[in-house]
Amino acid sequence: MSPTTLYGLCGAALVGIGLYGLLTEPRLLRKIIAFNLVGSGVFLLFGVVARRGADAGLGGDPVPQALVITGIVVAFSATALAVALLLRLHETGGGVTLDDEAESPAAERSKP
Amino acid sequence: MSFELNYELLVGLLVLTTAAWSVAARDSYSATVGFVSYGLLLAIVWMQLQAVDVALTEVAIGSGLTGLLLLGAAARLRATEVRVVTRPSIALRTLAALACAGISVALAATVLTLPQPAPSLAAEALDALPATGLGNPVNGVLMAFRAFDTLLEKVVLVLSLVGVWSLAPDLGWAGRPRLLHPFADDGVLGFLARTLPPLGLLLGLHLMWNGADEPGGAFQGATVLAAMWLLVLMAGLGDAPQVRARWLRVAAVAGPATFLAVGLAGMGIAGAFLAYPESHAKALILLVEVPMMLTIALVLALLVAGPPEPTPDR
Repeated sequence: MSPTTLYGLCGAALVGIGLYGLLTEPRLLRKIIAFNLVGSGVFLLFGVVARRGADAGLGGDPVPQALVITGIVVAFSATALAVALLLRLHETGGGVTLDDEAESPAAERSKP
Repeated sequence: MSFELNYELLVGLLVLTTAAWSVAARDSYSATVGFVSYGLLLAIVWMQLQAVDVALTEVAIGSGLTGLLLLGAAARLRATEVRVVTRPSIALRTLAALACAGISVALAATVLTLPQPAPSLAAEALDALPATGLGNPVNGVLMAFRAFDTLLEKVVLVLSLVGVWSLAPDLGWAGRPRLLHPFADDGVLGFLARTLPPLGLLLGLHLMWNGADEPGGAFQGATVLAAMWLLVLMAGLGDAPQVRARWLRVAAVAGPATFLAVGLAGMGIAGAFLAYPESHAKALILLVEVPMMLTIALVLALLVAGPPEPTPDR
């Protein structure tokens, strides 16, 4: 197996790991982290396609590489917005987890 | 199995382990630290895939800035971390694991059956590169061949800043972004904030200027500048600007605005939106890159700093 294929399989596994976290983890911050894992797994698959397209003396196809760079920046923007939403939710007394059992600060305050 | 592949196997396993850790760790702060190490290891993978530009971006933005943002959030939410997190039932988790494993297997099968020989635009990109006056094909794609993507991505950056700022409480508009660790420190942080910025400034500009021909570019350079600014702010050596400051808003849109203006001018002088006349391509690309770098550095730092908050009277 070539190293490129190995990293391709790695990217495929990363998407699975991230998705699992996104589905099963009730804490919102952890969902954001898991979502970033899915994203970087997809980028890695792009990287494998780029590496396989090495041609004309280049180490890889520059087009998918440039797309990944754009993707990383857009992923950061989305993460920043998600974190800001989460912190605002926290400040206004909303829960930061989807876990029903956990006591949110708001629920505690409304107790007699 | 050769030594090479053993090394790559090791890096791959480390990447997967840190990824699994950032999902499975009990404490969100540890998970975030795991995510930062994951980003650094992933940059090694990008180096192995001969994508130096991507490796630089991953290490600077994917691991560095995202890590800083998440660490700040994790520290702030630490009080909400309940001891026992009730995850979905075992049956549901098994179902989720099976579904995710299925997706991974499908993706892996796709990787193993990618067409041979691989399609590539490398030759075309390299053929057309001399017309742009650039030597780094990745930057050629970013600034010329797929300039539309890059323009839209700048717009996304500014829009997400607008989104983050809109989350400010009403009184916050007169304030400044809350800093991550607002304490004056004469220790290591203060020392670094005094000594690193000149070197960082030089490195950032070098990355941008050299990005024309070597790995690097406006993005990677701007991220270094953003990091230097954040360092100064975090050490309490400078004030974050008020978000209503006019210069700040002008600077935040200067990059995309110049890009758009040059793009529209291209319709007149080169016959298409975002086209450059061949004789002046390099000059025009630089004209776009300089304000773009300023905008990226500013917006990245402000996105990490978060929405403005009301400040007590000074």
